[in-house]
Amino acid sequence: MTDPIVTHYGPKAYDDHPPFRYPDYKSTVKRSPEMDMVHIVQTLSETSGPGPAWAEVAEEDADLTTNAGTGGEAIGERIIVTGRVLDENGEPLPGTLLEIWQANACGGYSHWRETAFPAPLDPNFLGVGQCITDEEGVYRFTTIKPGPYPWGNHPNAWRPAHIHFSLMGPAWGSRLVTQLYFQGDPLLPLDPIYNGVPAHSRERLIAAYDHDVTVENWALGWRWDIVLRGSAATPFEEDH
Amino acid sequence: MAEHGETPSQTVGPYFSMRLGGAGQNVLAEAGVPGERIRIEGTVLDGDGVHIEDALIEIWQANAGGRYRHPDDIRGEIALDDGFVGFGRAETEFATGGYWFETIKPGPVPDAEGEFQAPHINVVVQARGMLTPVFTRIYFSDEDEANRQDQVLNQVPRERRHTLVARLDEASRDPSVYRFDVVFQGGGETVFFDF
Ligand SMILES: [Fe+2]
Repeated sequence: MTDPIVTHYGPKAYDDHPPFRYPDYKSTVKRSPEMDMVHIVQTLSETSGPGPAWAEVAEEDADLTTNAGTGGEAIGERIIVTGRVLDENGEPLPGTLLEIWQANACGGYSHWRETAFPAPLDPNFLGVGQCITDEEGVYRFTTIKPGPYPWGNHPNAWRPAHIHFSLMGPAWGSRLVTQLYFQGDPLLPLDPIYNGVPAHSRERLIAAYDHDVTVENWALGWRWDIVLRGSAATPFEEDH
Repeated sequence: MAEHGETPSQTVGPYFSMRLGGAGQNVLAEAGVPGERIRIEGTVLDGDGVHIEDALIEIWQANAGGRYRHPDDIRGEIALDDGFVGFGRAETEFATGGYWFETIKPGPVPDAEGEFQAPHINVVVQARGMLTPVFTRIYFSDEDEANRQDQVLNQVPRERRHTLVARLDEASRDPSVYRFDVVFQGGGETVFFDF
């Protein structure tokens, strides 16, 4: 019987991620484990994952300014968000599906959930998109710069402008959901969700303005690379 | 690798279902996919035992033959099944915190020693109010013998193993219905894995 390849992944860099419990973000207090995680040896269950197969079934849908399908264009500051998806070894990850969701230019989400914030909705903007990285690991979205919006965590709490990103990656252990922020946003130092990330790794979430990405007479450009957990060593090639 | 450190995790927030939800993603197997039809249902509960109304549960599993649809699973002698990827997503119901999946029971897959693991489904849970995801597994209460031999379960303190075992509703048939709650905090806290 053939043996599957078990790519060994290095330990997840938990010190680079937010802790489960971060009391400044109040909802984490009751939604976090109290007991220590149980360490297990990786098997094919952890080192395989749906990423490669899932990316094959996705439709490319990377322009959020038009993908509502109304024939109209979304209102707001048109931007391009692009970058590379890499692993910790610096290797590009082609064929990676990115799924994103975000508020519109006014800070309103196209979602049924009620909110006290009276942001107008834009019928030409759904605020969702997806794309797949190319051979160099590059992704690229055209969208509207999202507006900040208030939330109930503490008095006068506002989320900095952000775009939610979801990546499956090559393995179950590389699953990542995160948020992109914009360089220079004055709300960042006030945001407990952003500040939940340790100080040394926080700035990895900030997209940089990049004039080389900006397209004349069209849209401002932002660059943001994403790094997923990588294999610990080059996998050993076996003859079968 | 300071210049290529992992991008940190952030919460899925309250609006993830705009993109990551969507009807049908909790039904994994199209009609005609081989295997025993099962349904898994449960509730996600916070540290006060209150249901979490906006959690995202994702699962990943092998097919009935025990093969994953992944480039590393090169065991060509086990067929992949058309209409079955092995990935599913469910958002908890706003009013109840409940979720369900319909799928097929996975076959056994190899462990790190070359033995077979007990049938199991890999689970990742995220929610508004969670900055970092938690990973766990679903095992099956009617696989006692295989569960006793399972390399991963045997790395879990004995008194906590039951939190990983979905309970079969003995009266259920086609699909067999299993109950699996995800519990944060307290005596019945679900085992979460670091790997
Ligand atoms: Fe948000």
